[in-house]
Amino acid sequence: MSPPGEPRRIGYLYVLPAFVVYALFLLWPLLHGAYLSLFHWDGLTVGTWAGLGNYAEAIGDPQLRGSFWHAAVLLIFYAVLPCCIAFVLVSIMSRSRPRGMTFFRTVLFLPQVVAMVAVAVAWQWIYSDHGPINGSLRFAGLGGLTRGWLGDFTWALPSVGLIGTWVEIGLAMVLFLAGVQKIPRELYEAARVDGAGAVREFFAVTLPGLRRELAIALTLTTVAALRNFDLIYLTTSGGPGDATKVPAYEVYNRTFNTGEVGLACAIGITIAIIVFAITAVINRVVEGRP
Amino acid sequence: MRKPIMVLATALVAASACAPGSSTPKPKPVSSVNTDIAKDGPVTLTVWDQEVLGGQNEQMEKLNAAFHAKYPNVTIKRVSRSFSDLEKTLRLALSGNTPPDVVEANQGYGIMAALVKAGALVPLDAYDKAYGFRKRFPAGVSQLNSVTPDGKTIGSGSLYGVSMTGEAVGIYYNTDKLQKLGIQPPASFSQFEQDLALAKSKGETPIYFANLEKFPAIHEFGVLLGQTADKGALRNLVFGRGGAWTDPPVVQAAQKLADWAKNGYLPKNANAGKYNDSPGAFAKGDGVFLVGGPWFAADLQKKMGSKVRFMLPPPASAGQPQPSTLGGPGLPLAITSKSKHPDVAAAYLDFMTTPQAMDVVTQTGGLAAAKPASAAPTTPVGRDVFNAYRVASDSDVLVPYLDYSTTTFLDTLGSSLQEIIAGRKTPQEGMRDAQRDYSQFLAKK
Repeated sequence: MSPPGEPRRIGYLYVLPAFVVYALFLLWPLLHGAYLSLFHWDGLTVGTWAGLGNYAEAIGDPQLRGSFWHAAVLLIFYAVLPCCIAFVLVSIMSRSRPRGMTFFRTVLFLPQVVAMVAVAVAWQWIYSDHGPINGSLRFAGLGGLTRGWLGDFTWALPSVGLIGTWVEIGLAMVLFLAGVQKIPRELYEAARVDGAGAVREFFAVTLPGLRRELAIALTLTTVAALRNFDLIYLTTSGGPGDATKVPAYEVYNRTFNTGEVGLACAIGITIAIIVFAITAVINRVVEGRP
Repeated sequence: MRKPIMVLATALVAASACAPGSSTPKPKPVSSVNTDIAKDGPVTLTVWDQEVLGGQNEQMEKLNAAFHAKYPNVTIKRVSRSFSDLEKTLRLALSGNTPPDVVEANQGYGIMAALVKAGALVPLDAYDKAYGFRKRFPAGVSQLNSVTPDGKTIGSGSLYGVSMTGEAVGIYYNTDKLQKLGIQPPASFSQFEQDLALAKSKGETPIYFANLEKFPAIHEFGVLLGQTADKGALRNLVFGRGGAWTDPPVVQAAQKLADWAKNGYLPKNANAGKYNDSPGAFAKGDGVFLVGGPWFAADLQKKMGSKVRFMLPPPASAGQPQPSTLGGPGLPLAITSKSKHPDVAAAYLDFMTTPQAMDVVTQTGGLAAAKPASAAPTTPVGRDVFNAYRVASDSDVLVPYLDYSTTTFLDTLGSSLQEIIAGRKTPQEGMRDAQRDYSQFLAKK
């Protein structure tokens, strides 16, 4: 009889089923996508070798480069803003326990649960000409500020971004709330004894205690921001003009509408690389991992 | 760490040796055509269509049943999907080994020409000799369903599809509003513009217009181009046979569109309105006029009854010949190269476009691409749309949808027009952007 877990190599056998599924449905498509990104291919006829030409186009084409900038703007709305707002909410909730806490928590988390299609349709109405936002502006005597938000060249991108903020706040908040509960009460008491106010307490106790949760929240929301396709597709289709075009939308657009499969794959791989790089940075800086 | 990089490098080198995509053999020219398919024995014909909406669905079901009744040996397996679902899965389906026999493939460089280039569709010339497809349709309709065998030029070459329905963009008007303004349906374009100004001064929305999706403005632009540009020049431009989007007549039309937006003839937030909400808004009284095609007719008829009518864009001054407008055949039925029963498929195409079939199309509320045997639409707006298409196709003034020009044009031209309407770009700048896409596409072709 060998001791349990011996021979050590048997471990690979345990991993095998999961790895097969992972390789089949994730690794293989990823590699195949990388392979296709090296060709000019319309999806029908024989492709021609492009080398890194598609990547050069993805970065060099002003319209595609613009879409990456839009993604960077959305990153603020999807990742930075929700985390900041969630912090405020959580520190309020951790200082005093408001009545009906479970109710608030559920309501704030709800956007995460609702299907993106429903979210998009609802917000399209909210932003529409006769929607509640313009309605309230008119009511407040600010009729001059009303506009078709999603059709306005300046405001369309922030408008879509705010939908993202609304969706992601709940996620960040639930993560932070769980984290706050495991920060020892004594730390807060000690901080108060030392005369720390709410702000000082936040930076000295809450924030350091939530590093891991912050890293997870930032990772998840960053990924959501960069692979944002459904919301754009449903609310603006990248318009007006090119004002809300994002890379993930272009992947779809170039594959199915314009038949540039190679270029689309190159954009997809580029997104993957960016996501990988950003999450690596987040893990290193925020969570303090080597 | 060295090893994976080496493996990757080897893989890349290997990858460069074999390219994705299969080289489909070019379809053999059809030599002998068998039109007597009743003797073909039991055949299952798989047909992909996008006629999913009420009347269209009924039309396909009726005609398929009639076909099966005529040829009991042929069973039709129908797969119907929404337009965008169908067009997006077509490439994948046709590159597989068991594609459907008959598909509805949208005209233009994005789908039909790309499929022809890949050798995925059967040229219908031999069948045309047997069945006389071209004779059934106005010349402009067949032209749009034609592609050169290399897939490089639309508008000439072999016929690759036949359409059951047709479209012509025109102007809907609210008769109540006209009455209130004390005007008649405009007989000339200058009268039309005076009416727009009058409507504006009376606090009405002159033209209801929702352009969130970018493409709708192409219809307005097309109507304006009918006033400024020659139809031959427009066709050449769309088919890539000459001309530029920066040509003076084109820029003039863009200027007119900008003027309309500036004068308040279009709603202020046009770029934020959802196109599919147009009939609803128009029926509620937002807008005296609405530019669009037959696709709005059924919905408007249901909501407004006899209070909505339709007309083709009028000539510059009354009595002049009909100016061009956008339109053409609806989605064409085409035969796939890998079909095992091309003769049966051709007989199906024939059956679906006979004058009797056009009767069924008309009775189910569609706009028949060719002349029906006897049927006529029963509602006022239905009759308007029907007659408008007849006039437009008989006087040969239909110009293809402008977005057929390049595979990305729907997006580029749509974006340019949005910017022109918003006043962010001058018509010259906007058209220069469109031209850039256009010349890039022509250079690559």
